[in-house]
Amino acid sequence: MYDVAVIGGGPAAVTAAIYAVRKNLSVLLVTKDIGGQMALSADIENWPGTIKATGVELTQKFQEHLDNFEIDTKTDLVGEIVKTDDGFKIKSRANEYNSKTVIIATGRKPRELGIPGEKECKKQGVTYCATCDAPLFAGKDVVVVGGGNSGLDAVLQLISIANKIYLVEATDKLIADEVMVEKAKASEKVEIFTSAKPKKICGDGKFVTSFTIEHEGQDKELSVGGVFIEIGYVATEKPDVEGLERNEWKEIVVNEKCETNIPGLFAAGDVTNVPEKQIVVAAGQGCIASIQAFKYLSTTK
Amino acid sequence: MVQVKIYSTPTCPYCNMAKEFFKEKGIEYEDINVAEDQEAEKEMVERSGQMGVPQILIGETLIVGFDKGAIEAALAGSSEEKKEEE
Repeated sequence: MYDVAVIGGGPAAVTAAIYAVRKNLSVLLVTKDIGGQMALSADIENWPGTIKATGVELTQKFQEHLDNFEIDTKTDLVGEIVKTDDGFKIKSRANEYNSKTVIIATGRKPRELGIPGEKECKKQGVTYCATCDAPLFAGKDVVVVGGGNSGLDAVLQLISIANKIYLVEATDKLIADEVMVEKAKASEKVEIFTSAKPKKICGDGKFVTSFTIEHEGQDKELSVGGVFIEIGYVATEKPDVEGLERNEWKEIVVNEKCETNIPGLFAAGDVTNVPEKQIVVAAGQGCIASIQAFKYLSTTK
Repeated sequence: MVQVKIYSTPTCPYCNMAKEFFKEKGIEYEDINVAEDQEAEKEMVERSGQMGVPQILIGETLIVGFDKGAIEAALAGSSEEKKEEE
């Protein structure tokens, strides 16, 4: 039986684990990787003490910091957490762990469009990481969905790689920074559709072949070999916890002490309803959750 | 030692994490930059049917994405096979 089980591996989880172990608690960290969304950031320039680092560099520092302590780290994916008489049972597909308290810090993941063909064509031309996969679409026609900064960032990366880039935005205007929009508009390769509703993705069983939008009252089938989806993020929905309060965006509802509606169960970082999804905020909440878990353990039997 | 190939792009954070992982373990790998090597890209996509990086080939085992658990299992599997051969 652990004192604290931390679920997740981003800044909130890592900070929670560090604080708990420094309180001499027995700590279990269950995560699929270290770094989380932070690891995917290109340049981080707002983590005090580090003027500039890539997500991977900062992740390495977090890993080194963890390695400095006795923290039981499991590479595993938690599916469900069940309340028991003396704490919580944490279940993954293959394992079960027991802990007196739990801190959920599983962060966010890219939002999906939720249209037919999307799931089937994942990794067959549909991607959620332009930074990773853009170079694989050399000379191809592609569509980027999302007119925010990440969508425009994908478009600008693709200008030097792809043959033709359709930018699709569901609302009537692009909300990305003006500088980026101007750059995209200046390229002959880019064609922009606003007020365009994504309808379906088709493939030939191997790769994406087309992307259909509804535009000006008509269905329009864009013939493309790649679909980049950049429409923001949603809170991670796993692990399932019966009775745990989440808001309409599936974020875990916490108070200023990072307490959830279930005693002994805390949450921290991007997975919560905290207003700003930032590395420092997540780390700060990880700290609060950890100290509160310590206090909870000291005051309950 | 088992042969490791990492198909990657220079900008992909997961690819860099995967490379760091093998470096830390002291396991040598061949880094194939599919952003430049179009032939290798074709070969990668045809083998897996998946358009995404990283793709990691450990001996005969192909792992798509930086899946630490799967990589560790593949590495453990390949060293066990060796022991059996001995």
